[in-house]
Amino acid sequence: MNRWLLRRAASAMGTFLLACTLLFFLMRLTPGDPLLRLSEDRPMSPEALANLRAHYGLDQPVTTQFVAFVGGVLRGDLGASIEHGGRPVVSLLRERLPASLLLGATTLLLNFSLGIAIGAWQARHAGRRSERWVDLAGLATASAPSFWVAIVLAWAFGTELRWFPVAFMYDPLLPADASPLAHVIDYLRHLVLPAATLTIVTVGVTARYQRATMLEALAMAPVRAARARGLTESRVRWRHAWPNALGPMLALFGLWLPIVVSGSVFVESVFAWPGLGTLAAEALASRDYPVLMGTAILIAATVVAASFFADLAHRWVDPRLRTT
Amino acid sequence: MTPLLEVRDLRVRITLPATTVTPVDGVSFSLNRGEMLALVGESGAGKSLTCLALLQLLPAAASLAAGSTALLDGQDILALKGEALRKIRGKRIAIVFQDAGASLNPVLTVGDQVRETVQAHLPVTRAEAEARAISLLGEMGLPEPATQYERYPHQLSGGMRQRVMLAIALAAEPELLIADEPTSALDVTVQAQILALIDRERRTRGLGVLLVSHDLGVVATRADRVAVLYAGQIVEEAPTRELFGAPSHPYTRGLLAAIPRLRGPFVATSPMPGSVPDPASWPSGCRFGPRCPERFARCDTTPEITRHAPGHAVRCWLSERAR
Amino acid sequence: MTDSLGVPGALPREPSGRAGVLLLLALGAAVLLLPPFLPDPRAQPDLVAGVLLPPGWDHPLGTDHLSRDVFARLVYGGRVSLAVSLGAALLAVTLGAGVGLVAGYAGGRTDAVLMRVVDAALAVPRLILLLLVVALLERIPLWGLILAIGATGWLGTSRLVRAETMRLRTMEFVRAASALGAGHLRILLRHLAPNVAGPLVVATTLAAGDVMLLEAGLSYLGLGVQAPTPSWGNMIFDAKPYLVTAPWVAVAPGIAILLGVFAVNLVGESLGQRFGGHHR
Repeated sequence: MNRWLLRRAASAMGTFLLACTLLFFLMRLTPGDPLLRLSEDRPMSPEALANLRAHYGLDQPVTTQFVAFVGGVLRGDLGASIEHGGRPVVSLLRERLPASLLLGATTLLLNFSLGIAIGAWQARHAGRRSERWVDLAGLATASAPSFWVAIVLAWAFGTELRWFPVAFMYDPLLPADASPLAHVIDYLRHLVLPAATLTIVTVGVTARYQRATMLEALAMAPVRAARARGLTESRVRWRHAWPNALGPMLALFGLWLPIVVSGSVFVESVFAWPGLGTLAAEALASRDYPVLMGTAILIAATVVAASFFADLAHRWVDPRLRTT
Repeated sequence: MTPLLEVRDLRVRITLPATTVTPVDGVSFSLNRGEMLALVGESGAGKSLTCLALLQLLPAAASLAAGSTALLDGQDILALKGEALRKIRGKRIAIVFQDAGASLNPVLTVGDQVRETVQAHLPVTRAEAEARAISLLGEMGLPEPATQYERYPHQLSGGMRQRVMLAIALAAEPELLIADEPTSALDVTVQAQILALIDRERRTRGLGVLLVSHDLGVVATRADRVAVLYAGQIVEEAPTRELFGAPSHPYTRGLLAAIPRLRGPFVATSPMPGSVPDPASWPSGCRFGPRCPERFARCDTTPEITRHAPGHAVRCWLSERAR
Repeated sequence: MTDSLGVPGALPREPSGRAGVLLLLALGAAVLLLPPFLPDPRAQPDLVAGVLLPPGWDHPLGTDHLSRDVFARLVYGGRVSLAVSLGAALLAVTLGAGVGLVAGYAGGRTDAVLMRVVDAALAVPRLILLLLVVALLERIPLWGLILAIGATGWLGTSRLVRAETMRLRTMEFVRAASALGAGHLRILLRHLAPNVAGPLVVATTLAAGDVMLLEAGLSYLGLGVQAPTPSWGNMIFDAKPYLVTAPWVAVAPGIAILLGVFAVNLVGESLGQRFGGHHR
């Protein structure tokens, strides 16, 4: 177990470093000079440009730059932002991370609980007409662009019905001495529309996946054996079939993260949610490459870590994997 | 005396994209308490579908044809649904499948799987069910049952897993045990142990046993009666001794000739040429006809199963001619 | 698998698959055939009284903030969006098939290195990769956009094709070809590639749906298709400020994207059932 853990952790680290390397060379190989693009928006003298170039080490050979970059990543130094008064990128990321975590965790929780419930219902009634319509509805919602769903929800439930706020994570006008409960409710009300948007565009895929894995699990010999010994139908489904469908679902969890992250770039911008997505969109608008790069690296780290933990959880769920 | 189980005219249909086939085509037999009936035939004869049909565990594409009945103490269990069906499964009729490794759930401990079966059918607390599960595992010959209780199926050997399956099967004191090739995945010595175990339970509990096998040699020493299945139909049924002493159907004779002999000089066994035809292309007339060494003109018409001695029935024109 | 695509007999059997095919054909026919009958999508006939008109007789879907006809822009935008999807999806799948075939056929070290790189690249969401690339290029031309989206989308396909190739490599007919002295390239192109065609068709279809969403997303961020060329994504981008006063301007292109992606996914699903090439 421990040897496996070490090996798996080392491989995750390798994947992460390789991803950083790819990002680095992607930035260098793409035609277009970050600083030239920058100077289009902000006129500056050739000397100032040269200074900036030296400041970012862009006058060094690529290999030197690469070594400095990797060293920085390992030390947790992702350089300084061009906007934001030259603040370190890491401190910006740290500031924005909690909001994204809140939205992402809420979305994943909703996505998985709803998706599993819907998918299990579908598996139970597979082939029924109503089930087929639910299946198609899942495909349809997964086909909708997240930003458009965000806009429509914001317009319908925010602007028209005025049920939920459509911007920010909390109400800045709420007095600081309001009761803790009032603050929590305020956060939750702000969370509703962004989380709903992300859930709508992702839940269909989870449900369809759960449907498929559950149908596969229900066809397994142990499930037939469980039914043969007269266990109740719900016990057969949830105790015998479902754990066998859980392994692939955990793998899906690892795959979900990048999708939720991408979706949140749009959804966060629509709802002015102060997370990494808005940070990336702002950085994009102001051509703040260090911040963009830093966001990408943080996301890569999260994705690698998520797939690592998904593997770990899979071993925990499936006793057969534990002893090898 | 009403038999424990009386199966009449069991027919299983499978709907394929192009056609409908009937891999189990009018099987009838009966079984008394404390009796062991062996159902023997090559793969593809319809043995497993017969077992699954009795507990309504057929795969989705298969279904029971109208007119099929299986009376358990006079009650038709093929007509049961929902909760009434659940209370039969495991409680009155238990089944052991061929591959215990595949039938045990890999993510649950073996003890859990015995315990839950006890709890599903008997009015006991969890602790009582656990104690019963441990004692059952011990009775089935698992060493240190309390330790084995906590283990997962993949940590046990094939023989141990089949013992666990037997413990599960006997958990709720069933009256009938269906054993579908319970030993064919095991070593010869382990095979004998498992069969002895089943036999012991038959004697001590008065359990009726339907033992399914492709190997006549396996059932020879244990079964009271043998029914030979070919292409979805029973072709010969007789008390074990009589079947081995005076086999009437050419197919039965072929099966007997294929048993490897342990004693005496080694003779190369003569397996019958060919195999059971696919249900979609069963020949007209006698279904064994194309493979039969003693085929004659009359075999182009379909023989019925007829009784030619007490308890001995055959589906063959030869036996009619002999009479 | 014997019936070829494109003949009527190859139409999906399930109603949903047929609906998808019909929907795609309808969208394709609309964007190809309607333009001669529509006003110029760039025309700004009346910047005073003709702005943000609600749907009506003259403008079936109303007008936008520059008094341009929304329906005409939707049709012209559809040309762009569908072309980008098709182009980028084909590029992505071709690249993925190439890498997958080589990795699966060569095996050993080549395979290990390639798949290691694919794993690492998959750690960065495609959208983020695209943002990095596109942000460096001001006013990206349409072909550049297709290139960028295509070049970032081959990772999943390469894994799929690799697995399929590894399975086929050990099969009789490939060994026979090799024993008869066929070269590697010939085996790859003549024997292996045609056999992964089924899963590839599925992958292309599903990739086209992904690309449609990505193009819309990039255009929505102002980074994709550049004004004045309309695309479904940048129409929503343009319509954002007028959401409250004229919601139809944003709703129409959103529904168009939804229908397009949905149709493609329906077709992909029924093809997937036929070829068994599931990759998600």
